Amino acid sequence: MNPSDVSRFIAQQVATIPKSGIRDFFEVVQSMKDVISLGIGEPDYVTPWKIREAAIFALEKGRTGYTSNLGLPRLRQSIASYLARRFDLQYAPDKEVLVTVGVSEALDLALRAIVNPGDEIIYHEPSYVSYSPSIILAGGKPISVQTRAEHAFSLRAADLKAKITPRTKALVLSFPTNPTGGVLSPDELRAIAEVCTQNDLLVLSDEIYCELTYDGGQHLSLAGLPGMRDRTILLSGCSKSFAMTGFRLGYACAPNPIIEAMMKIHQYAIMCASIMSQEAAIEAFDNCAREVESMRSDYEQRRNFVVSRLNEIGLPCRSPKGTFYVFPDIRPTGLNSRDFCLGLLREHRVAVVPGSAFGESGEGFVRCCFATSLTKLREAMNRIEAYVAGISGLAGTDRRPNSSESHLAPTE
Amino acid sequence: MDPLLELLQQNSNLSISDLSRLLGLPIAEIEQRIAEYEKNGVILAYQAVIDPEKLDADAVTAFIEVSIRPERGGGFDRLAQRIARFEEVKTCWLMSGGYDLAIMLEGRNLREIAHFVSEKLSTVEGVLSTATRFRLKTYKQNGVLLSQPLNGERLPITP
Repeated sequence: MNPSDVSRFIAQQVATIPKSGIRDFFEVVQSMKDVISLGIGEPDYVTPWKIREAAIFALEKGRTGYTSNLGLPRLRQSIASYLARRFDLQYAPDKEVLVTVGVSEALDLALRAIVNPGDEIIYHEPSYVSYSPSIILAGGKPISVQTRAEHAFSLRAADLKAKITPRTKALVLSFPTNPTGGVLSPDELRAIAEVCTQNDLLVLSDEIYCELTYDGGQHLSLAGLPGMRDRTILLSGCSKSFAMTGFRLGYACAPNPIIEAMMKIHQYAIMCASIMSQEAAIEAFDNCAREVESMRSDYEQRRNFVVSRLNEIGLPCRSPKGTFYVFPDIRPTGLNSRDFCLGLLREHRVAVVPGSAFGESGEGFVRCCFATSLTKLREAMNRIEAYVAGISGLAGTDRRPNSSESHLAPTE
Repeated sequence: MDPLLELLQQNSNLSISDLSRLLGLPIAEIEQRIAEYEKNGVILAYQAVIDPEKLDADAVTAFIEVSIRPERGGGFDRLAQRIARFEEVKTCWLMSGGYDLAIMLEGRNLREIAHFVSEKLSTVEGVLSTATRFRLKTYKQNGVLLSQPLNGERLPITP
């Protein structure tokens, strides 16, 4: 080993984790001007004023100290009441709710609290980018199970079953799903619950998009199914529902022994979530149903717009029943998702995210976020239309962009 | 409220094609519903929301509280309609409480407003008293905030 190579100090486990496929794409986007970005994974709304005002008031009152490791008792009460009201879930605020710095922390805590070295943790792909690395960092072995376009990206119980081995400990479930917008019907969810019960699996259920469901569909929480409460860690937060991404406020709900175990890690690594964010979140959970519904119905209309345009353009696109992402099929262009995105960015200055960044099974698709203004969406769709029309004109010739010309090295 | 009306209230400039896509309804249905709303007077007009201070720094907006004498048979209506017809009057409401009519008035300058109040409004038979207040600054107009927050730090790509 070269003694001047500082990277020799980096832990092997960390060094071998691939860089996020989104990260290097982000760098290309940042270097360009006048880009319309549909690559964003957050609401385009500023946090509702009521909530911001509550954070300001907390500062004015001098609420600037640490809080209980579990989070402000008043906030845990608000979370418990909200979950009971919205999703018919019952959690004891004093011992079954833990307030975290975003769902990301909650996921990390949950994994570290349950994984023994070599335990297999199943997650479904395409998925949010952090599941696999977080499982590895916790010492587990990530096992992916594919969801498919022909099933509207729902998770089939039979596919899940096929991945279970004696070493399988838990399932990371995330519906509605980033990036596919897939949801599970009550029957599909029950089938998965049955597989988990039969195989004694714990489920880490990331339900961060629970408020963003469309076409009259109401989110059903796994924890609410008979017998599932004792084998589910519910993970959620304020970011997507209340447009509070920068507040970094999430929570975990689970039976007390699991919350206690997660709390041990949380108290040593983090101590507590920021008190200003916690105070703001109380207002969000208690008083913002109207704001949430108003944002949700706006997203639904923009989804309709984007889905209608993409299909017209010739990129087959399901109408997602949740999240603020569409996941159109770009295979008719003959390009892989990375080349499609690079070409679209360079030639027409629209940023969308290659499906391959969300796992191998995302190849052939791209993620477009419709949480942006209608004016921008309209212009972005016009640009994508021009781009796709141009590619079709080239189809069959040898002028198609070639991945070897890309200055981006593949990350996997 | 009908989502179609909500959309139009936010931005009446949306094309029929955009409305059709946003609501997932056929173009013919959108056209028909808008025509109905216009016909039965639910939609009164389509207007641009203008920042008066940017347009003309001297322009004056006045808010006038007016007490009037109700009439047998017609109540406040005849007098209120008579006052509302003046072009300077932009808004005219019958109010509960200490006075009867609330009037929003726009004028090119202070003199124009003063002239209207003393020559036109106060001299209407049945107007008992007026109290005129002037706009100093506008913060929000028809639901639109005049100082938009800077929002340039949003990351272009996030997971």
